[in-house]
Amino acid sequence: MRRLLPLLAALALALLPSGDGADAARPVVADLSNHLVAITTGFSGTHVLAFGATDDRKGDIVMVVRGPRETHVVREKTRLAGIWMNRGGVTFAQVPSYYAVAATAPLSSVAPSEVRKRHQIGLESLALSATDGDGKGLSEAEAKRFRAALIRIKQKAGLYPEKAGTVTTLENRLFRAELFLPATVPTGSYSVEVYFLQDGAVVGAEITPLFVSKTGFSAEVFDFATRHAVKYALATIAFAVLAGWGVALVFRR
Amino acid sequence: MIQVYLPIAEMSVDAALIVALGALVGFTSGLFGVGGGFLMTPLLIFLGIPPSVAVGSGTNQIIASSISGVIAHWRRGNVDVRMGGVLLAGGVAGSLLGVLIFNLLKSLGQIDLAIRLAYVVFLAGVGGLMLVESVISMIRSRGAPASSGPRGVERFAWAARLPMPMRFPKSDLTISAVLPLAMGVVVGILVAIMGVGGGFIMVPAMIYLLGMPTQVVIGTSLFQIIFVTIATTFLQATLNHNVDAVLTILLIAGGILGAQWGARLGAKLGGRHLRILLALLVLGVCVGLVDDLATTPAEPFSVLIARER
Repeated sequence: MRRLLPLLAALALALLPSGDGADAARPVVADLSNHLVAITTGFSGTHVLAFGATDDRKGDIVMVVRGPRETHVVREKTRLAGIWMNRGGVTFAQVPSYYAVAATAPLSSVAPSEVRKRHQIGLESLALSATDGDGKGLSEAEAKRFRAALIRIKQKAGLYPEKAGTVTTLENRLFRAELFLPATVPTGSYSVEVYFLQDGAVVGAEITPLFVSKTGFSAEVFDFATRHAVKYALATIAFAVLAGWGVALVFRR
Repeated sequence: MIQVYLPIAEMSVDAALIVALGALVGFTSGLFGVGGGFLMTPLLIFLGIPPSVAVGSGTNQIIASSISGVIAHWRRGNVDVRMGGVLLAGGVAGSLLGVLIFNLLKSLGQIDLAIRLAYVVFLAGVGGLMLVESVISMIRSRGAPASSGPRGVERFAWAARLPMPMRFPKSDLTISAVLPLAMGVVVGILVAIMGVGGGFIMVPAMIYLLGMPTQVVIGTSLFQIIFVTIATTFLQATLNHNVDAVLTILLIAGGILGAQWGARLGAKLGGRHLRILLALLVLGVCVGLVDDLATTPAEPFSVLIARER
């Protein structure tokens, strides 16, 4: 529960109305069905619904979800003496651990590449800076290869979904998009960005927070194991000793 | 399908599958009288559990299975506590060394390879020796009884010159304490890196190297495994944070069921046939791992999130 409190406080703050009177003129408003995804012991992935409305101009909606940024190390196996082993690694700093894009139409038809680059919309436009094991830069070809591998593995794990046509609209005013977070979804604070684009230009944007947090038993175990490692170690040992001893007593012949 | 989220492995698994795996390994250990850790770790890795967590949690599970095993041997007086103590002293030192090596290899990104290579080397060696030995003894089964000459290290001249001779009344042996101490260190390192109890190395070494009588070997090996796995679990949980309590509970639950079933079947089968079967099983796991290391991977890249704890 302790780790949840700051999250709830941040959530309350984010949901407070900004109160600057100009709200009525906002070209796009958006919200989520649920701002807090709780990973409980039985968690096997979940859906979050993003929905909102735009003013009555005709345009496209793009939704970008970014997970907490973390340093990712990508390693490549090469063959050495008949055995495949990891050699060298490439470090990508500040990589979103989760990244999803949904849009009303294919991204290339929604906005030109400069606009997509500026807002980092789409996997192609995602800024990822690579350094090798010694912190030096890499050759362009190498960086490209490792970047492609990182994105491929993330996509395979369901952590980088990119789908066009998954934002549906109603009467040019309302829109909705379903977001799926798989069982392996990283914990932390996410941002859900909704862009309203007209003729390839961003005319409105709205950012809402989303928190993914372990709660209940699994959170308590993780918390206990990291903060009180000695007590956790003793508890797991005590459990195993008692279980083994109990079995010997029960099945005594 | 009952999905359960493993808090340390940070993934959700099918609880029934993990319990079944625990039962399978428990069955094998009940049938053959071995710990089964050498099967548990590779199978957990095969299910997608991170190798590091598979090793840490496997070690924790072995505490339970070796305690329930040792109690039966203790009642029959088949534990050489003095020998166990010497092995244990070496074992705890080895385990500390092993956990540190584990930590270093993990930071170099080579722990996965190290775990697999250690398995290949030891499974091939032990499986091969067991197979040759049981086939030879099967061929000779109607021949003369085994020679009653000097046993184990007593055969080797160099062993007699080692310092610190010690008397082990229960095993009826007088040997240098250096040898069991060194054996303990080697097995302790393996416990930490491979997530096994080490019985599959300790038992043959006790018989062939130390020349201990067969009836006290398994009890003594289990006795020292308890303490070495307790020390290793403690070090893994505090230094490497790779012991998943939820995973351990599921494995122990399955192991309890499987071990009883295996022990019953084991009593019906002959010892010699069991040893050939076990040798083939060990070699089978080994071949699987070699195949895994030598074939071109479908995805040569892997991603690791570097997280500061």
